[in-house]
Amino acid sequence: MELNFTGTDICAVGGTRSPAEAHYDVVVVGAGPSGIAAALEAKQTGASVLLVDENPVSGALMGNDVPLYFGGRMTAATQNSERMLEAVFMSMPALEQAMEAGIELLLGTTAWGVYRNGPGMQSLPEQVVGLADAERSWLVGFGRIVLATGARDLALAFPGWNQPGVMGAAALQMLLTRYAAFDGHRVLILGSHDLALETALIAIEHGLEVAGLVEVRATPQGSAGLVAKLAAAGVSVHCNTAVASAQGGINGIEAATLSSGKTIACDTICTAVGLIPSIELVDAMHGPRELDAMRGGYVPVGEVTVSAVGLCAGLADSGFDHVEYRMDWVRAVAASSAPDTIICQCEEVTRADLLGVQPPNYLARPPAMCARSLETLLNDGPANQDQIKRLTRAGMGVCQGRRCRDQVAMLLALESGQPFAAIPLASHRAPVRPLPLKILADWNEPAQMEAAWDVWFGIPTQWVPVEDIGTPFEDEHRGMLYTGMYK
Amino acid sequence: MSGSEVVIVGGGVTGLSAGWWLARSGVKVTVLDKFIVGWEASGRNGGGASHYSSPLFDEEQRLWLQMDDLLGYPTEHQKERILIAMTERQWEQYRFVAARHQRLNHPVEVLDVKQVQEMVPLAGDNCFGGVHYKFGGHANPQRSVQAYAWALQDLGGTIHQHSPVTGFETAGGKVTAVKTATATYGCDAVVVAAGPQIPQLMAQLGVDIPLAAARAEMIITEPAPMMPLGGVDGHKLYGRQTMRGNLAYGGGPHEWIDVDEVGPAARPSTSLARNLARRLAELLPKAAHLNVIRSWAGVVENSPDGRPIIDRLTSPDNVVVASMSGVGFGLSPASGHAIRDLVIDDKCSFADINILKLSRFAGLEADWRERRGWTALA
Ligand SMILES: Cc1cc2nc3c(=O)[nH]c(=O)nc-3n(C[C@H](O)[C@H](O)[C@H](O)COP(=O)(O)OP(=O)(O)OC[C@H]3O[C@@H](n4cnc5c(N)ncnc54)[C@H](O)[C@@H]3O)c2cc1C
Repeated sequence: MELNFTGTDICAVGGTRSPAEAHYDVVVVGAGPSGIAAALEAKQTGASVLLVDENPVSGALMGNDVPLYFGGRMTAATQNSERMLEAVFMSMPALEQAMEAGIELLLGTTAWGVYRNGPGMQSLPEQVVGLADAERSWLVGFGRIVLATGARDLALAFPGWNQPGVMGAAALQMLLTRYAAFDGHRVLILGSHDLALETALIAIEHGLEVAGLVEVRATPQGSAGLVAKLAAAGVSVHCNTAVASAQGGINGIEAATLSSGKTIACDTICTAVGLIPSIELVDAMHGPRELDAMRGGYVPVGEVTVSAVGLCAGLADSGFDHVEYRMDWVRAVAASSAPDTIICQCEEVTRADLLGVQPPNYLARPPAMCARSLETLLNDGPANQDQIKRLTRAGMGVCQGRRCRDQVAMLLALESGQPFAAIPLASHRAPVRPLPLKILADWNEPAQMEAAWDVWFGIPTQWVPVEDIGTPFEDEHRGMLYTGMYK
Repeated sequence: MSGSEVVIVGGGVTGLSAGWWLARSGVKVTVLDKFIVGWEASGRNGGGASHYSSPLFDEEQRLWLQMDDLLGYPTEHQKERILIAMTERQWEQYRFVAARHQRLNHPVEVLDVKQVQEMVPLAGDNCFGGVHYKFGGHANPQRSVQAYAWALQDLGGTIHQHSPVTGFETAGGKVTAVKTATATYGCDAVVVAAGPQIPQLMAQLGVDIPLAAARAEMIITEPAPMMPLGGVDGHKLYGRQTMRGNLAYGGGPHEWIDVDEVGPAARPSTSLARNLARRLAELLPKAAHLNVIRSWAGVVENSPDGRPIIDRLTSPDNVVVASMSGVGFGLSPASGHAIRDLVIDDKCSFADINILKLSRFAGLEADWRERRGWTALA
């Protein structure tokens, strides 16, 4: 059959995209103090400004430790979305000011992806940010985007960490100061740098009992003033020890045992060892970022149309090497816990299986498989977290790796005898927050999308069975399955 | 050819399967990949393994059932597929394909709405019906790639990652060595299985391979309750439920791109994730509440007719080129076998693969990409 092509591939993407629903000169993601300030500043130049913040997130998402490591210690009050919304406004009076200034404000709205043309993609009519609330998702075009997404908690895996009551410092602070929705009384705090010390003081201020601080290094790490304040409040710092395990019952944590052997009663273990700049969006949009150990991890490198402010741009540099400190913690916790300690909660991957590069539990492990490990994999090249993620599933779960990705990177560095910087950052992907299919779905897509849609490339000759070539079935097959490609 | 040395350019499924087959025949194999095995299309695809339009189909079907045992490592291969029609037009098309399978004695069964719902608990009553392929299947891409790689090493083969091939040395009508920036690998034969980078590499040998590269996208959800059969798609989607329960699906418009010598510059995914999510929510309405947790893209190359090119060149005559045209994951057990045969015996032992020869494009117009509209957007 003579093939006459039309010069157009009707199944290619050109022209099929949904247009953005709105366009703003500036979109600011994150309505904390630095996001609000950036929005106000942009507004003053006469720009149209959209300010979005995912908070308050739904109770269900908080249960999955999104966006912070809540550890199941929220009260039922977090299920009441009106109350939660009110709490956000109450805790952030500047939001009123932003609205009065003419800034468009959307709370409970997640920015889950940023898309723009660049290498490997030229099909977007304009650069867009994907937004979603509890009802639907949509796209918004922008001239400039400011990421003020803050920082998230580093989690640590010790035996028993996968019980309610093990949580992060940023999450604890948010539940206490913003939502008054913390469901615990007696907190043991891991770490003794400023984050831990400040968290302890806030806890005391909110009427909690602080059962103590735990520090792997020989001395308290934070500023002397804060250490003194805590000492004055009668809180002791247990130095030279890590947490070895946590014991619990039906309501979660009941006690922690330190590697020194000491057992401390508590209903909450708050990991306050580090905050990690929330660069999910930057990384998912292939924006440049670099490791800055003094500023808490990977931080965005500014671009003309993409900038970062606040903790997302990096923690304040006080000369403290956060990465080295976290590595000390991960090393100590690993040394005092059994290899079968779960490291990825979502996918139930143990440290032994991670470092053994073993497949998940639902697969058989024949002898050849058991003989493989990170050590054998390193013969092929340096450790790559994305590769090991695909093989072991560590970091592949519904929390999108928020709980384990940082620890996994550190364990890979330690096991392969490499500095942390040698482990490439595991990729973040849109949607950077879990989004239900029916919410992410484009229910208003343009007709061109359906017209262009084929299961694969729409190449008429690709799926004709060999047996049919040169028979009448060939044309019949093409006619039935492909319509618009030939003249 | 026992004892001789074959260098394979490209550690995707095609190159690794070929290497494994050659190593099984006692050939000394070295695989060179520019980055990590499976990092391009081979580790990012839909995992589908039901290529009934290919001359390699029977061998594909025969081998997948044994791959875990043959390789000694798990691939997560699962048997069979169900296609669900969500529109009247799809129902007509899928039944047409079913009738065609019946004509060729491939076991299929046409399912009514009730049967679809029984076999696919996540489906709804919004469908027109389905077709159950009692053949074909799917596997886990990166796990399968790694299984080939490890099995090849277990047979004494060598893999050098982070080793982009920069060129060849030739003498007497043969390639005598393959070069990277830091090393030269002497060889008796070469397999070029470098995916979208094949044209650039082969141009160095004076051979024109007509291929156009494009980007294709997928999404994946959190785990759903396990369905009795994971290979469920239709509604113009391809995909599968993984053995963990996640729903991984792709389909829809692709974007043609240009690939330079060092490979695809990036593999960005786009807001197409929303259109995929919509169709998956329609296909499996009882999963519509499940969270999408990732999306990604991969780059595949296509020949002008969309079929693979698997051929041994006449000059230099010790080079086998293998480009899989976007259908290479499922075919990999069989494509590797065919490549092994071409390298060692100059002839495929188990199928007539003349239709995959490069010579079919001898009269191709210089502007074949433009004629098809397969050019990158400016
Ligand atoms: C989203 C998506 C879904 C798909 N779904 C399916 C499916 O369901 N079923 C199916 O059968 N197929 C599917 N495919 C197609 C399938 O993935 C490919 O056909 C197959 O992986 C091709 O394998 P390959 O080894 O030939 O090429 P590739 O995977 O592209 O591997 C080529 C390798 O060569 C290396 N390389 C390139 N240049 C050099 C150089 N100069 N030096 C050294 N190394 C080099 C690359 O690093 C790469 O690892 C899909 C593809 C995509 C992108």
